[in-house]
Amino acid sequence: MGITFRKETFRDDFTFKNSPEHIRRFPFPFHEDSYMYAVNIEPHVVGPKGSVLENLIDVDEHYVAEMQDRALVLAEDPLRCQSLPHMTLAGWDLLELLMEQQALGYPEHFTLTRDGDRWRWINRPLGIDDTFTFGDTSTLPYGPMEYITRQSQGDFCILDQRDGNLWMDAGMVTTQADWSLDFDIGMNFFEWHAPVPLAHEKGIFTRALKFLTNIQQGKPARRLNWTMTINPRLDTSPENYHKWGPDRTTVTPENVGDKVHLRVELQSFWRLPRSNGIVFPIRCYLIKMDELVTQPKWARRLHRVIRDLPDELANYKGLTRYRPTLVEWLSKLDDGSATSPGFGPD
Amino acid sequence: MSTGTTKLDVVVSDVVPVNELVTRFHFRRRDGDLLPTFSGGAHVVVEMRDGDRTRLNPYSLMGSPLDTREYTISVRRDDVGRGGSLFMHRSVKPGLEMVISYPVNLFSLDLRAKKHLMLAGGIGITPFMAQTAQLAGEGGNFELHYTCRTASLGTYADVLRERYDRRIRLYHDDREERIDLDRLLSTQPLGTHLYVCGPAGMINWVRDRAASLGWPSEAVHFEHFAAPQPGLPFDVTLAVTGKTIRVDEQQSLLEAIEAAGVDPPYLCRGGVCGQCETNVISYDGKFIHNDHWLSEEDHRSGCKIMPCVSRFEGRSLVLER
Repeated sequence: MGITFRKETFRDDFTFKNSPEHIRRFPFPFHEDSYMYAVNIEPHVVGPKGSVLENLIDVDEHYVAEMQDRALVLAEDPLRCQSLPHMTLAGWDLLELLMEQQALGYPEHFTLTRDGDRWRWINRPLGIDDTFTFGDTSTLPYGPMEYITRQSQGDFCILDQRDGNLWMDAGMVTTQADWSLDFDIGMNFFEWHAPVPLAHEKGIFTRALKFLTNIQQGKPARRLNWTMTINPRLDTSPENYHKWGPDRTTVTPENVGDKVHLRVELQSFWRLPRSNGIVFPIRCYLIKMDELVTQPKWARRLHRVIRDLPDELANYKGLTRYRPTLVEWLSKLDDGSATSPGFGPD
Repeated sequence: MSTGTTKLDVVVSDVVPVNELVTRFHFRRRDGDLLPTFSGGAHVVVEMRDGDRTRLNPYSLMGSPLDTREYTISVRRDDVGRGGSLFMHRSVKPGLEMVISYPVNLFSLDLRAKKHLMLAGGIGITPFMAQTAQLAGEGGNFELHYTCRTASLGTYADVLRERYDRRIRLYHDDREERIDLDRLLSTQPLGTHLYVCGPAGMINWVRDRAASLGWPSEAVHFEHFAAPQPGLPFDVTLAVTGKTIRVDEQQSLLEAIEAAGVDPPYLCRGGVCGQCETNVISYDGKFIHNDHWLSEEDHRSGCKIMPCVSRFEGRSLVLER
């Protein structure tokens, strides 16, 4: 049984939707009724069937539509995909990782066959059947990182590790929450996290870097991060702020449920074997408020989290302007009863 | 979460004497699959079941990263060491089933380099075997200077000369050949990265000269081949697990903690990676910090210790573990 891929858009008429099964598998990020930063990193191991963790690289009903949206973004702005010259080997590492994981998790959709360094890759949803020489860039239509990340959901930052630090030296970033690869490329871990409030003082980044530089081959790790987006836009980049920024002024009590989306990033961290780099896939999941509140536990809890969020965080996440409207709307779905522990719906 | 390394079940597929001190060991996966891909400079930690004692020693992978049908390591016998290399030389035979860790690389090539200048001393040649194989496969620009005591102890010097010809320069102590380091370091093209692996004295010499000749520290990479130093036995209380243990003369603190059934994280077992860092709760005595991880301030503070290489002398020591 394969996935039924949806025909939908993340721009213009915004036809993006989650099916009922996909609502229940949404990676809701709050395990309690309040939120503060934590280095909430855990081993990236396979989770329950039917969850987004059923496979280590998740492919879902939005796959084809997301890949079409990525192609549109790249056609307008090729700088969303960049790789410094020393990162080509890491690109091959990533190609191998993504082909292996997608073929392993979804054999009905993807097939990888290898004969030494002659590899054949079949991607049925996108109608691709290519044979190439692993390690020889001239045998692919794009560089290895671009080739495979045009066929994989989520953004990908490839980090070079040197001098006890991580450097953002390659990436495919088209579904980001207001940051820019073109701005961050070549920066180290502290430089690209500089705009984040509160966390520096808590020493969070120093501890996180120590953890990440020790990530080992065969032992990936993960964490969830979240923000909110008005309209189901995948591309909320600084380059396109003029398109999505003004959306924030359009939230009204009548359209909250349809316009306001919780945006959750499942970030995972993998050591790459040949280059000794780290890849950091950032997989974005969107859900509109009307869909989210079909799960009463999530509705109650999200109300409390958003209501009590420190102002600095609300500002950083860009919620300030429509937060009162959202809290008011969510409050009607909060009967005050206790929420059960854990992330999942009741 | 446990941060110990993932393990591989292997069988010793060959044992090859290389010279009077060095033996090479080949490992294959017991299930016949390929071993994980690795990068030049990576090591594995080899578990040795020596009677009722488990020894864990790190050794650089020296095969080509382009071929992972087998892993190879080379072990220099140390007759006055703590016993790991003697165990490898005496007890490890073809057919023996062993457990090794996944590869970990703490001595990675900087792939931005326009040229890779490598300096090896003695058994410090092993990580360069894999690095040169990797760079040769990619058409990389490298040059290796290798010092050894005598020609017969020039482990793999013949192999390297055969493979890479004039990119290899050899120096023999018994012929009083010495690297003209200042000249070498001052005549490199911009964008050269320097790698050094060998005895501590050599590493310090090269790092000092490079610094005084104006090399940026980011372009100087080194790997210590440091085994834990023996010392006086001492007692430790582990606060979290409530155990009190004794660290023997020949045992490291990390090994004693493991022998007590506690499973602490580790990666390098040589005082450089930071993974086994442990908080000190209280102490009465003095630390012998042998690590390269903690800052001098950390060393002075008495609040932290790296149990893989560091020791203690005194009346009492309580660690958070």
